[in-house]
Amino acid sequence: MEESNSKAISVKALAKNFGKVMGGGDGSGSGAVAAVAGISFEVERGEIFGVIGPDGAGKTTLFRILTTLLLPDSGEAKVMGYDTVKDYREIRKIVGYMPGKFSLYQDLTVEENLKIFATLFNTTIEENYHLIKDIYGHLEPFKKRRAGALSGGMKQKLALSCALIHKPEVLFLDEPTTGIDPVSRKELWEMLGRLKKQGITIVVSTPYMDEASLCDRIALMQEGKFLMCDRPQAIIDSFGKNLFSVKGDNMGALLDGLREAKGVLSCFAFGDSHHITAEKDNGTSSAVTAASLKAELERAGFEGVEVTKTEPSVEDCFMELLSK
Amino acid sequence: MRSFRIFVQKEFFHIMRDRWTTLILLVLPILMIILFGFGITTEIRNTKFAVYDPSGDYTTRGIVNKLESSEYFTLERYIDSEDEIERLFRRGETGFAIVFGDNRILLIADGTDPNTASVLTNYATALINSYLQESAVRQVGGGAATDVAGDPPVASATAAAHRTITPEIRLLYNPSLKSAYNIVPGIMGMILMLICAMMTSVSIAREKELGTMEVLLVSPMKPFLIILSKIVPYFTISVINYITILLLSVFVLKVPIAGSLILLSGLSLLFIFVSLLLGILISSVVDKQITALLISGMMLMMPAVFLSGLMFPIESMPEVLQWLSHILPVKWFIIAVRSVMVKGLGISSILQEVSILIGMGIIILIISIKKFKYRLE
Repeated sequence: MEESNSKAISVKALAKNFGKVMGGGDGSGSGAVAAVAGISFEVERGEIFGVIGPDGAGKTTLFRILTTLLLPDSGEAKVMGYDTVKDYREIRKIVGYMPGKFSLYQDLTVEENLKIFATLFNTTIEENYHLIKDIYGHLEPFKKRRAGALSGGMKQKLALSCALIHKPEVLFLDEPTTGIDPVSRKELWEMLGRLKKQGITIVVSTPYMDEASLCDRIALMQEGKFLMCDRPQAIIDSFGKNLFSVKGDNMGALLDGLREAKGVLSCFAFGDSHHITAEKDNGTSSAVTAASLKAELERAGFEGVEVTKTEPSVEDCFMELLSK
Repeated sequence: MRSFRIFVQKEFFHIMRDRWTTLILLVLPILMIILFGFGITTEIRNTKFAVYDPSGDYTTRGIVNKLESSEYFTLERYIDSEDEIERLFRRGETGFAIVFGDNRILLIADGTDPNTASVLTNYATALINSYLQESAVRQVGGGAATDVAGDPPVASATAAAHRTITPEIRLLYNPSLKSAYNIVPGIMGMILMLICAMMTSVSIAREKELGTMEVLLVSPMKPFLIILSKIVPYFTISVINYITILLLSVFVLKVPIAGSLILLSGLSLLFIFVSLLLGILISSVVDKQITALLISGMMLMMPAVFLSGLMFPIESMPEVLQWLSHILPVKWFIIAVRSVMVKGLGISSILQEVSILIGMGIIILIISIKKFKYRLE
């Protein structure tokens, strides 16, 4: 009990099923669908915890359980020591929540929106202005503009300001960077870094793997489960295989060719190249090297083949986990 | 309390910044009163009629004159044969014809619109009867003047006067048979229902649909207060509309308030509360604005129009529908408003309606509280 109270969030065997989900991506739409299928994890106070996974992985459901908006079917979740079911009132006072969908009043101005959310939490804009100064500073020239007329990045900054105005202890951000431009994305992550310094625990979800390295710890989520939960570097270190990046003239056929190649464990498209994994060479002659792979592909008739050994990224780890 | 105040303010902003909402909320009652009060009316005026009168004698011309001098009929023309009537009807030149025959008067009306046809024949019959009665009385008067000549004319005149026993009709509460008397309570019920139930349910559903409810729930503000703050603006607008409707009906439609204004206002406040609760109940079961709109439109407004006795008398409906009409708060409200506003009755006469409305309010309140969601599901 003592220990779980010292954590910002502690989740034990949390599960949530939905009776029927329309248009399930895999076509198995009938029957109960587990949105969250038995997750356990902890988030330390003052860290940035990233939940990374594709659309439909169950991230939003997990966030809604943690913000007391949904009841779990089984298991328990605690936020700052409060139970999400029993003590939902307490949790609602101390967390900030920014849903994935833009959820402010589009027909009200920037300033009015912020004022409403400040009042909602019994505070004022002036009282906690220092918290949002960095973010809201960008918006201040447009404070008389209606929220609906803002750009995507501006909307997210306003939503973040509204979620922050009451100085929450834990901040839940559901896909804050989805649908905004790369510059705004970068700015948003810089802001999260500054908020962390103010002692706010941040739980953030994202479908973008490249944002993983900006978190203190990440969880890779797929079909309601955490495939892995650790520091980004620890996840990369545990990759345990050699990784090669392969390019060629005919990328489509090359993918099939690579799957045939000797010693290749897995192969997937990765941006403008293919990534393949192979066992680490323990000095044995059968181990795959960049040169041996290139030679083999050229023997098979592929032209313009380039093979380079690369360092794995979080996305490689995720793809590797998925292929199991 | 500060957050409650700002939420009420926010709700007013939502309404006022959407020009169409504002327009609908404030202009709709005026438009409806004017449309129903003047345009769509069950009264019939200046219907063109044709006459086939082969005899052309004093009495028949007297009857035609009597009809024409009334505000209900205008003589289109005399025709030369009975066959012509159908041609006139088909071409739509007239919808009513009178054929004078031997010892009979045939009234022909266009039955495609049965309501109009029956009203026309009723009017015409009443006018013809009153003409015959008047002429009989005139004969008595004329007879008295020439009384010296002897008994027979007097005897025949009194006999004529006795022969035709015509019932005299007097309409209580609405002596001039103005349809506005019937329409004002109905419109009041519809407007208040529309604004309270429909607008409240749509505005709560909007918060759910746009995802703002999600953010509001994750805050210390009690969900109950969020809902309450949504009610206040619509309550205010309903009161404004109530006053508008009353002013329009008294000064424009000339429907006086026969009973106590305080009682009428109290009754309306009660109905506003019941409708607001109904709006909350609807919003607690729907997540989309369009669903809220359809439910309040199809399940409240349509039955309110058809079953509340606003357009068709409830008594002439199939029994199942009559029974269904009992569960509509608006029906009881309209009955009570008619009693107070048109008949001028006091509280003791509308106790039944008032207690039914209160009972409905309590039931809806209990269901809404039970159905109320502190979470998303």
